[in-house]
Amino acid sequence: MKKLLLATLALAMSTSLSYAETIKVGVVGPFSGPAALQGRNFQAGIDAWLAINGNKVGDNTIEVVYRDLPAADPAQSAALTQDLIVGEGVQYLAGYYYTPDAMAAAPMLEEANVPMVIFNAATSAIMNASPYVVRTSFTTWQTSTPMAQVARDRGIDKVITVVSDYGPGIDAEKAFVKGFSDAGGEIVESVRMPMTTTDFSPMMQRIKDSGAQAVFAFLPAGPATLGFMKSYVENGLKDAGVTLLAPGDLTQEPDLAALGDNALGVLTTFHYAVSHDSPENKAFVEAASKAIGNANDLTFPAVGAYDGMYVISKMIEATGGKQDAKAAVEAVKGLAWVSPRGPVSIDPKNRHITQNIYLREVAKDGDKYINKEIQTFENQGDPGWTAP
Amino acid sequence: MSTVLSIGADAVAYGMVLFVISIGLSVTMGLMKVVNLAHGAFAMIGGYVASYATQQLGLGFGIATLAAIIITALIAVPLERLLYRRIYGASELTQVLMTIGITFAIIGIANFLMGPTLKTIALPEQLQGPVDIGFRTIAAHKLFAVAVGIVVAGALWFLVERTPFGIRLRASVDDAAMAGALGVRTKIVYAVSFALAVGLAALGGVVGAQLLPIEPYYALRYMVTFLVVVSVGGAGSIPGALVACLLLGAVETTGRYLMPEFGEFFFYAAVIAIVCIFPNGLLGRAK
Repeated sequence: MKKLLLATLALAMSTSLSYAETIKVGVVGPFSGPAALQGRNFQAGIDAWLAINGNKVGDNTIEVVYRDLPAADPAQSAALTQDLIVGEGVQYLAGYYYTPDAMAAAPMLEEANVPMVIFNAATSAIMNASPYVVRTSFTTWQTSTPMAQVARDRGIDKVITVVSDYGPGIDAEKAFVKGFSDAGGEIVESVRMPMTTTDFSPMMQRIKDSGAQAVFAFLPAGPATLGFMKSYVENGLKDAGVTLLAPGDLTQEPDLAALGDNALGVLTTFHYAVSHDSPENKAFVEAASKAIGNANDLTFPAVGAYDGMYVISKMIEATGGKQDAKAAVEAVKGLAWVSPRGPVSIDPKNRHITQNIYLREVAKDGDKYINKEIQTFENQGDPGWTAP
Repeated sequence: MSTVLSIGADAVAYGMVLFVISIGLSVTMGLMKVVNLAHGAFAMIGGYVASYATQQLGLGFGIATLAAIIITALIAVPLERLLYRRIYGASELTQVLMTIGITFAIIGIANFLMGPTLKTIALPEQLQGPVDIGFRTIAAHKLFAVAVGIVVAGALWFLVERTPFGIRLRASVDDAAMAGALGVRTKIVYAVSFALAVGLAALGGVVGAQLLPIEPYYALRYMVTFLVVVSVGGAGSIPGALVACLLLGAVETTGRYLMPEFGEFFFYAAVIAIVCIFPNGLLGRAK
């Protein structure tokens, strides 16, 4: 009898609860395949946010639905996005690691009345694809441009740029070349390498022969970067005093142990270092490390996801849980808060995040390698959005 | 002049690394007639074992390399008995499907056990840092790779051409039924050859790890390059593989230095030209 009563009570409670809305957030990201680590960082950022803030916004409950997109694949991205909108009935879309995937999904947003919060994809042009796109990551233009100033401040006049021949590499090259030329420096040569390069010795010979004082490089994180750094040291460029400058993509925290001493002293500019010193970041790193399992696997997409969840929670708050993409996006334009990476805000003009860019140096902290922040460029917008 | 010599040194070093990794595949494809797309996966296992032994267990580089070869060969023996034995003499499509399946399984297991991040192999002091070779400095581990390549080429040639085992192997490959009738235990010959090829893959994985770092997608990432080397050299020909590696290494390195924008254009142009002129590879036997 007592059991029956309890069961009835439980049933009554659960039905009364269901009057409040469950709001589904659909996340598309690489949860398997070569970039699975980045997908797991998305998940760690989301889980960290939910662990710290709970899954309730007002009376509404957030439910996260994941879809796996192992490699950049626009057609599959569109299919998964459609499935999330129609099949799962999500009110918000989030994630998107690669630019083509975000581009393929963006045209659906207005008709579906769903805002998209990008956790990573870093090309400036995405923001023009739909007025319902908001981004909490960075752009390659944003992280590469301050490096030109760093180089000039260190008395460097001649630089050779060496980038992998693909979208982000070309973005990085253009951003640095523009910034460095504007600041009065000379680019002696710009080289684009095929993505499949494994032996970088010939490239190092070329850098040596160019007579540049520094090399600005961009390669995809992973095997290519490791090979590049090794060659840079083994071919004597480091000893010859040729400075290596790069955006922080090259020295992601999970790769630092493998890069080892070869990377010590390398200068990078980026929006987030796991070692960033602030109470917000301490809380975030603790929760996210727990979520991802191994603290050494934690890196920048996690903070994009964490802040993305904050933006989504503010959107839900502003619309009271009703599905209204326009009002939701309006509500977060100009939104400012303190993220684990430092003070940030959403630029009302292009809905991209304005943030500090840090100059970091790879350094040893005990027996662990970290990206040590040594200089701050405050409130950087996205120069790529207005660039020709 | 010094630039030419310098590029030449890089080309030889790169070519020899390619040779050490690809020669095992040349053995399986040429002598055993198996298109083994899991070759890269075996090289990767060797790399993982050596990385674990040097980084986690603190063993020396020599012991780690030996352990990598032996453990990878031990893993390969049951695979040969249970899976590969069924595809000897099968159509190439069957072989490709089966071995690519094995590759995906190994990638998944590696990702699960070792994680998705890069793994490196700790080198002994003597192999670290640059060595002065007169006109320039070159990384010591590259010289080591060149030496290993020469030793492997010599030893393998001797084994196949000049020993009783080599005679049995060639007999089994040419006509298994006749060799069996003459008292050659073909199953054992095949198992040993397969283990040998896999051991070579593991050695290549370890020696080449400085250029091709170990991570789960290693197994697929470099497979095309290995296959190109074997088809250009002529499957089963050891001198052929050596010539192919040095030639392709030279084309690739020179192209990378002079015209990096062209990417791999010169590499594949050379491959197309060679395969057009020598359909069986540079030194391959006519089918």
